Amino acid sequence: MKSVRDGARLRRFFSSTAAIAIAALSTVAAPAPVFAQEELNALVWCDHTDPALLEPFEKANDVKVNVKVYEGTGAGLSILDQSQPGDWDVLVIDGVDVHRAIDLDLLAEMPADALPTADIFPEVRMEANNMKDGKTYAVTEKFGYNTISYDKTKVDPKDMQDLSIIWSDKYKGRIALYDYYLPMIGLVGLGLGKKTADLSDADMPAIKEKLAAMRAVSKQVSDVVSSQTALATGEVDILVGGGEWITAVLSADKPSLDWTIPEQGAVRWAQSIGVMKDSTKQDLALKFVQYIVSPEGQARLATSSCYWAMPANAKAGEHLTDKQKAALRFDQQAEYLKKTQLYPIPSAELDQKFQDAWTEMLQQ
Amino acid sequence: MADTALTSATALEDADRRKAWGFVAPALLWTVAFFVVPFAFMAAMSLWRREGRDIVHAWNFDNYIRFFSENALFRGLVNSLEITVIVTVISVLLAYPLAWIIAERVPKRLQRMALILAILPFWTSYVVRSYSWLLVLSKNGVINQMFMTIGLISEPLELASTRTATVIGFVHFFVMLLTLTIYSNLIQLSPNYRRAAADLGANAFQTFWHVVLPLTLPGIMTGAFLTFVLCIGDYVTPQILGGNNELVLPQIIMLQLGRRADFPMAAALSIVLMLAVTVAYLACARWLKIERA
Repeated sequence: MKSVRDGARLRRFFSSTAAIAIAALSTVAAPAPVFAQEELNALVWCDHTDPALLEPFEKANDVKVNVKVYEGTGAGLSILDQSQPGDWDVLVIDGVDVHRAIDLDLLAEMPADALPTADIFPEVRMEANNMKDGKTYAVTEKFGYNTISYDKTKVDPKDMQDLSIIWSDKYKGRIALYDYYLPMIGLVGLGLGKKTADLSDADMPAIKEKLAAMRAVSKQVSDVVSSQTALATGEVDILVGGGEWITAVLSADKPSLDWTIPEQGAVRWAQSIGVMKDSTKQDLALKFVQYIVSPEGQARLATSSCYWAMPANAKAGEHLTDKQKAALRFDQQAEYLKKTQLYPIPSAELDQKFQDAWTEMLQQ
Repeated sequence: MADTALTSATALEDADRRKAWGFVAPALLWTVAFFVVPFAFMAAMSLWRREGRDIVHAWNFDNYIRFFSENALFRGLVNSLEITVIVTVISVLLAYPLAWIIAERVPKRLQRMALILAILPFWTSYVVRSYSWLLVLSKNGVINQMFMTIGLISEPLELASTRTATVIGFVHFFVMLLTLTIYSNLIQLSPNYRRAAADLGANAFQTFWHVVLPLTLPGIMTGAFLTFVLCIGDYVTPQILGGNNELVLPQIIMLQLGRRADFPMAAALSIVLMLAVTVAYLACARWLKIERA
């Protein structure tokens, strides 16, 4: 009898636990009350998720911006593959991959006069990437560098001026590699004395060899968050592929973290934003793009919570504090732009070989 | 008369059969709709291939051939199996004594509290749990700081971003799962078995080895199989704690989906993963001598 009572109690306990768990889950999962009249769906990089960036636009236009984050163009195209036409209104994409999106008929033409092209740093306007046949499909919104981030109290900053440090034994086990094959292979190319735009099939053996050497001296290969965590917690002292986008956001808490562009140069990344061709809210989507590339939107995007990086619009400087500008090295961009090259833009076959080489390296 | 009886008996049998089908049909439909059809589609897709942005219905085994011939891909299965077996064995070895202590040594009134403590890890997100372990195991983490403070080590140990870290993260979770399954077996065990063994002259170890352990094997195997399935299919823990230093099969599947949108290759890898789980199930089933009546 006692055991039956115990069993009943136990059942009641588990029922209560389950009820509490379901209640808690439903609280978490419950959709937020919808106050806005309209919704805008944007497929973005994580810097666009900052409420400080989205709220001014949402309030001004009485709209709710739903954002979905992805990392790497392959992942973004994979999401679009699995979506229905019209699911997405705005797309943020790697500047070098805009043509891939245009060729897939994903982006709508935007009126050039609706965009502040003249205010964008000439080096990052990237007309060849953002336009096709004289039509504008995207606009550069933010840029930065995949280079070397490090803790200046633990490594010799002079060593960071030579790209070959990324496969030397000097800092073995203290290096993290950023897990994105394109800029990393671009950096390897620069280390080999090649231009990123000239990388070809013939370079694959040398690239593989250097990737293997990099892997041998590294402690981990990680995404944005894990890379930041590793550098911030002292798990590693060097992040290859990092840059201001890793260290600037930590500048207040971790002043020992720094970044540099080595003698051989570094890889420049740029992100572009465009309106989806199948969007049923093209006007609102264009308004969002205009807000993002406006000086105020640009300042907020440049210092958004996920990662900081240079705004493409030169006028954003008016909305940034001196501290923020210093962290972004706003006034040194002319020199950096000269020393850096865009990501490699491989053919589909070469891209496959790049990815295979990267996977082999991970599994080494 | 006999014919009439036979006819009515047959009619009754038919009615019973219809009723039985009526009971079984919803579950059967559910299984067909949500397992058989998706699985068949996945199996078919594994025979196709990705070309540029298109999926070509090629109907060949190229994806499987590539999996077994490319070391980077095949290594993923080997890593998965190695990690899963290590985690399962360690979890069983830790969970059994814990379950035994709760069942045999903890007073009845406190057992419920002990069980609540045992299932606490299930109440947190496993992503949070993995990141917490990362902070505990890192160079500046609790373990290294403690060892360095007491002078046990002069240099921090490399614990994070290793297979060891992945195994620790998994074991933390699965010990609790196994404790529950083994405990539920242990409390059903009548003390008379042990008394009888003692009467027959068996010492404590012999009683455990020849009586208690065999009777609790179903609980161990159920928990071990659950551990195997959940561990071999997990992507997040190796990703966070392993530092991408060795890819397991689910990570390679994610690479195909996330970076290449190569659904056929991902489907082929998923079939391989399911086959590994099926083999594990068959091994457990055979060992437990599960027989159909």
